[in-house]
Amino acid sequence: MTLPEPFAGWFAARGWSPRQHQLALIDKAREGRSVLLVAPTGAGKTLAGFLPTLVDLATRPPAARDAARLHTLYISPLKALAVDVARNLEAPIRDMALPIRVETRTGDTSAHKRARQVGRPPHVLMTTPEQLALLLAHKDATTLFSGLRRVVLDELHALVTSKRGDLLALDLARLHRLAPGLSAVGLSATVREPDDLRRYLVPQTTPDGEATGAMADLVTVTGGARPRIGILEPARRLPLAGHTAMATIPEIYAAIGGHRLTLVFVNTRMQAEFVFQELWRINEDGLAIALHHGSLDAGQRRKVEAAMVAGRLRAVVCTATLDLGIDWGDVDLVVNVGAPKGASRLMQRIGRSNHRLDEPSQALLVPANRFEVMECRAALEAVEEAAQDTPEARKGALDVLSQHVLGMACAGGFRPDDLYAEVTSASPYADLSRPHFDAVVDYVATGGYALRSYERYARLKAGRDGLLRPVNPAVVQRYRMNVGTIVEATMLKVRLGRPPRPGRPAARGGRVLGEVEEYFAETMTPGDTFVFAGEVLRFEALIENEVVVTRAAPGTDPKIPSYAGGKFPLSTFLAARVRAMLADPAAWKRLPAEVSEWLAAQQHRSVLPGPSDLLVETFPRAGRHYLVAYPFEGRLAHQTLGMLLTRRLERMRLRPLGFVCNDYGLAIWGLADLTAAAASGRLSLSDLFSEDMLGDDLEEWLAESALMKRTFRYCAVIAGLIERRFPGKEKTGKQVTISTDLVYDVLRRHQPDHILLEAARQDAATGLLDLGRLAAMLARIRGRIVHKPLDRVSPLSVSVMLEIGRESVYGEAAERILEEAEAELLDEAAA
Amino acid sequence: MTAPFPMPSASAAELSVGPLVFMADAAGVLFEEAERILVVADLHLEKGSSFARRGRLLPPYDSRETLARLSAVLCRFKPRVFVSLGDALHDGEAMARIGAAEKDALEDCLAGAERIWVTGNHDPVTPGGLGGTSVPEIVIAGVTLRHEPSTDPAAWEIAGHIHPAAKLRRHGRAVRRRCFVSNGTRCVMPAFGAFAGGLNVLDPAFAPLFGRSFEARMLGEDRVYRVASSMLVPD
Repeated sequence: MTLPEPFAGWFAARGWSPRQHQLALIDKAREGRSVLLVAPTGAGKTLAGFLPTLVDLATRPPAARDAARLHTLYISPLKALAVDVARNLEAPIRDMALPIRVETRTGDTSAHKRARQVGRPPHVLMTTPEQLALLLAHKDATTLFSGLRRVVLDELHALVTSKRGDLLALDLARLHRLAPGLSAVGLSATVREPDDLRRYLVPQTTPDGEATGAMADLVTVTGGARPRIGILEPARRLPLAGHTAMATIPEIYAAIGGHRLTLVFVNTRMQAEFVFQELWRINEDGLAIALHHGSLDAGQRRKVEAAMVAGRLRAVVCTATLDLGIDWGDVDLVVNVGAPKGASRLMQRIGRSNHRLDEPSQALLVPANRFEVMECRAALEAVEEAAQDTPEARKGALDVLSQHVLGMACAGGFRPDDLYAEVTSASPYADLSRPHFDAVVDYVATGGYALRSYERYARLKAGRDGLLRPVNPAVVQRYRMNVGTIVEATMLKVRLGRPPRPGRPAARGGRVLGEVEEYFAETMTPGDTFVFAGEVLRFEALIENEVVVTRAAPGTDPKIPSYAGGKFPLSTFLAARVRAMLADPAAWKRLPAEVSEWLAAQQHRSVLPGPSDLLVETFPRAGRHYLVAYPFEGRLAHQTLGMLLTRRLERMRLRPLGFVCNDYGLAIWGLADLTAAAASGRLSLSDLFSEDMLGDDLEEWLAESALMKRTFRYCAVIAGLIERRFPGKEKTGKQVTISTDLVYDVLRRHQPDHILLEAARQDAATGLLDLGRLAAMLARIRGRIVHKPLDRVSPLSVSVMLEIGRESVYGEAAERILEEAEAELLDEAAA
Repeated sequence: MTAPFPMPSASAAELSVGPLVFMADAAGVLFEEAERILVVADLHLEKGSSFARRGRLLPPYDSRETLARLSAVLCRFKPRVFVSLGDALHDGEAMARIGAAEKDALEDCLAGAERIWVTGNHDPVTPGGLGGTSVPEIVIAGVTLRHEPSTDPAAWEIAGHIHPAAKLRRHGRAVRRRCFVSNGTRCVMPAFGAFAGGLNVLDPAFAPLFGRSFEARMLGEDRVYRVASSMLVPD
């Protein structure tokens, strides 16, 4: 296969030759095949995805080209990426003077332009999954998409792991039906199970509803230079816990000085602020170091991005906001501060440096504590073996399906039989049962309540033709206002203002610096200082959903209340590697001396568990009794485990007071001597950790769990039970929280099998509660608990114990908080 | 279900307005023992179906839930006089939508009690089918019981309408509960309805009623907790 003109000439003029996979994709397109392209960063994936479209359009006779309505859809997970790719595509189109029109469509596109895009579509439309859902719910969707030839899904590995991936799968199923000649092209980084993505791209059933298990073709680009990754060993000793990387700041600074442009990735906004602040504290050379994270003001972020592309910066401290494929200029070093949490995520980040296939990426891993040293080592070895730990394929979420069902009603109506066949052709929904589907349709139409009192308020009604349609335009309008699967945490604006003076309260007045999560604002009291947008700020007041701050006096030390380890828990795959490393003293010589000495001390004073064992230590300290366990299953699963264990201990009258956890283990403390209780047989650890905690104990806890209520709220918003916003009347997150909590309580009591509760339970298995992982762990450790009674703290436990006081103490002891406040009042009265 | 009178702290439960002394119950009702008067505010029956009528299909179980809770309270206290402080119904057509089972439950709840329905903004005219008397307000021992609180600083008054809720923050956690607000001359009761939301007592709406200093009795699992306004935080 060779390239036709003018493409061959265009490549030659640049001294390039088309890559093998780029030609392969043109072949596949000619055969009308769907295909998954798996390639490392820098392989020219995006161009490979578009070349077949350009070739096809350029080589058609002009009349056929103009007759072709929308030819190719490009879907990206990020609005910014869609815009970026559109810009990159302009160059070859302009150079070759191709008569091809490319446009983007995002939330920012004007209403006028959107209307025009439906009536007179461009050849190539670049957009996001949410915008595609809206287009498909349009009454003219059939006309718009019937001639569609290709759909290109960029960064598919990132999209499919979330509810957005479910939404896109459903939309793709609809596209395949509207445009039978359609071929789907997925562009992906290396993943563990490419077959999952291959199935995602093509219908999983025949038009008659028979399962086929069909897969798209696979084109894999191998090779590329191996990345050069180092683990930073600081001159100062690493702490046993914490995520600030304080000890390593001088070395990070030195590394920045030795490169053109360094991206410093951190796991949380807090860490970003901290590292940025500390780098500037020692920035004697005045290097241009900038800050980039999701809660900064958008204008501020755009400035940093522009400066990066223009080559005016030496380093950017950033969070996951820069994770995905946008080309931000000539990065030659990636520094990852803190543990990477997953091998595949690390690969993705490292790929940001030297965005070219044949040059090695340079990366430096910076562990912030001794456990993280082991995790970094495990991740590095995984990257060297090219081992991947991308998550398993998702089971399609029911709340997303509800939203889609309503969308398809708005698109002109549907027959349940037809829509069921279409939905189950999407791979995440291939196993969806008909009763579940019918329950979802019933929910969308009348609320799905066993008490059939809402028939007269139905949102959907069947016409004489058997098609379910919205009963009025208000239903359609509400759908359009609420499309999407991202439910943001409530954010509060941070605004400069003036401090309160006697007789005058604090007031707003200055500019907005950005946004913080509501829960963060809630932890502060006036006078607290914190780092934000690279400055030390003083919290003055909360005024009508805005955090009013003033600039702290120069030299003020910020009081950052929390260094959360990051929102991604340690992957199962890395956890297993860390456990194996721990169990194998021969592997310790690859670790820095202070880490291997620490592990040797643990072996001497306590014990190191085997790779499949669960070590449980009990010991007294300062009038309290502690139980520390090391499951290595990530913070979320540990949180749930801690919640359930404290309930059980409470029931055994062993008087637990609280617990903390990190990615590696958890510590519970209380008033009863647990070592003695275990010796006397009053406490059986195998009973305490038995899998039956996932039965009644879990059910009981879920009834009151704030995490479960939050999970339910997300489902209720996505499924449209609670609107995100109403025309002309924005609802704040706070109001939504109150009403969904009440709804949850009532629904749970009166119809526990309602489809939205089912949706929330499914989410809990993988989401905030990580029940799936907890269940797997409990099964793994059955009969493998190693109990070690000690007379004092063990070396390993220190890293977990240090979380006490740093992390907020979990336990949902609301009544205890009420009691305390009341006691204070009584004390005051007695004084 | 809560046990009868589980009052570990009598001082927390006792709530005075003028000469009247009530027991503030964790269920969100006031009970006057001498005359056996039970007061409840803002039942908002059929709020779910009221939303459904406008296209938001909230669960239709709120009346059922509210009445089950009310029934439990009435069984415990067996009042001679039952006073609803307005907004018993979420809208004027609620009685037409309420299920037959719920209607019977309401009747069973209140059988034998003298019923006084104070009208509210959601139910300015109490519709038939509820029994008892409908009044804009009543006065008991010089204390006025009405739906919307007045701003007269000298008036002894018990009211509902603004659905007070209080929030505490300790150990990095917040607890938000419905509550009674009182200062000895005035009391605003928590809303009783299953779908009734809560307004933070530090909201400016409360300032003209209580000034800066008042007590909140926050509803706990089986008792109320008495908390000073100075300890509370806004939402």
